[in-house]
Amino acid sequence: MTTLVKPRGLFIGLTLLCLLAIWLSLALGPVSLPLVDTLRAALRLIGLPLAPEGLEQAELILGQIRLPRTLLGLAVGGVLALSGVAMQGLFRNPLADPGLVGVSSGAALGAAIAIVGGSFFGGLPEWFGPYLLSVCAFLGGLGVTALVYRLGRRNGQTHVATMLLAGIALTALAGSAVGLFTYLADDATLRTLTFWNLGSLNGASYARLWPLLIITIGVAVWLPRRAKALNALLLGESEAGHLGIDVERLKRELVFCTALGVGAAVAAAGMIGFVGLVVPHLVRLLAGPDHKVLLPASVLAGASLLLLADLVARLALAPAELPIGIVTAFIGAPFFLYLLLRGRA
Amino acid sequence: MLSAHNLHVRRGRKAVLSCVTLQLEPGEVLGVLGPNGAGKSTLLGALCGELLASDGNVSLDEQALSYWSGAQRAQRLAVLPQVSTLDFAFAVEEVVGMGRLPYQTGRRRDDEIVAAALAAADAGHLSGRSYLALSGGERQRVHLARVLAQLWPGQVGQTLLLDEPTSMLDPLHQHTTLQAVREFANRGAAVLVILHDLNLAARYCDRVLLLEEGRPVALDTPQRVLRPDTLKAVFGLEVLVQPHPERGHPLIIAR
Repeated sequence: MTTLVKPRGLFIGLTLLCLLAIWLSLALGPVSLPLVDTLRAALRLIGLPLAPEGLEQAELILGQIRLPRTLLGLAVGGVLALSGVAMQGLFRNPLADPGLVGVSSGAALGAAIAIVGGSFFGGLPEWFGPYLLSVCAFLGGLGVTALVYRLGRRNGQTHVATMLLAGIALTALAGSAVGLFTYLADDATLRTLTFWNLGSLNGASYARLWPLLIITIGVAVWLPRRAKALNALLLGESEAGHLGIDVERLKRELVFCTALGVGAAVAAAGMIGFVGLVVPHLVRLLAGPDHKVLLPASVLAGASLLLLADLVARLALAPAELPIGIVTAFIGAPFFLYLLLRGRA
Repeated sequence: MLSAHNLHVRRGRKAVLSCVTLQLEPGEVLGVLGPNGAGKSTLLGALCGELLASDGNVSLDEQALSYWSGAQRAQRLAVLPQVSTLDFAFAVEEVVGMGRLPYQTGRRRDDEIVAAALAAADAGHLSGRSYLALSGGERQRVHLARVLAQLWPGQVGQTLLLDEPTSMLDPLHQHTTLQAVREFANRGAAVLVILHDLNLAARYCDRVLLLEEGRPVALDTPQRVLRPDTLKAVFGLEVLVQPHPERGHPLIIAR
């Protein structure tokens, strides 16, 4: 046997885990709702004709605060995990991270420009104000990734090793620019910048949710169509080519999906590390490397784990709230070390 | 069927392959021999379209390689590189099953083919194991099974290119592997195989191409190519050549 669990068992387990995480995420918080009430209110929200008695408060909290936050967590976790699978496939390395192609650092730069330089963007329409940060972060991530991809191309071919090095160089460059903005920032913007860099699902709203949700669903539908090609890519680029795969197109799709997905996730929730790295790895340990299973299972696992991490962030120091990036890094980094040391033994 | 006409490949200013013309005939095993750096792998790269020829052309079934779509080409031409790096814990039959990617033959038929190809590469007993748990030689046989599965069962019009498929194998498996390749060719496919062992080439190849510094020195039957004077000139090796006592093919013995 090469896998610990069969795909069917894995999907049943992950679906149950995901439902449980959703339930807890809706029920727990500064105002804890009874679990049964939460379930009834949630079922009413999706249209089931249940009696509304005694659910007014639950429905209000759910509809206005907890549901958008839960959906945001699902989408961010799912798309980060998918992007991790895409990057680990592209670099043919199980320890690759979506940040390698510069999307996170580009988004951080875009956010820094928006936060610190925001006051200079005079003349922007009033309604655009709340979106400025997200749009700048998204465009920054897309822009830097496009540049990394461009630098990796030579003679019509994309050299993955060159892309990796270009990603490191541009990440450093973007980091220095962010540093400059940090230096220029006053105390209030500095605080915003710092918290944004730590990530949070706080302040989720439907307006910020929709673009991410659409991109997540798009990526989650598209990548599994390329599951067999991704499997073949792990053999090597030329081997995949000999099996009839258009490798250049596949690499372009992987970079594009990652840039869109991570860009949108970071734009909506700030920097949340280690999910893209650890989740695909965890699923591979359980069910093997076949992308037909790995891609959909990573969506479920990533979404569940991010919701659970958000619960820790919300409850650990309640009523204060920890930035979720602290929680994911606190759990993710030791796990990553464990993977490294385990490989050496 | 694969053929190359007046093939030249340059790397920078240096010509690494020049004036190679050859046609792979259905059912034949063509061995490519030559010292290190003679251009054997370059020739294989140019034949499968991985390296761009600076002059000359390669055609598959009378059409340029680029004429075929990826899957169409992959159904006619399979390539086994010298080394494959795979760092993920696929099961052995999953690796071999990747050879079925260019087809839509269905799960059941693919499973039968994977089992048959594994058996042909004498790797049937590895089924169910993790690829990462295998030794170098076992991995090499699994990849051979993968390219066999890609063309299975093998017929006229198909071509298999193998770059040193025996480099990591023990003596027994060097023979079982080339026997499998021989049987595969007997069903009609053409095989080009890069080898270092002159005696394996003498025993299993119908024709031998000898390369030196990117140029073809000889292309003929093993009897005509593997002669002391030719081998001395190309490899700088003093040899005796005697007929094999049981099989009659040339037996090359270093002096």
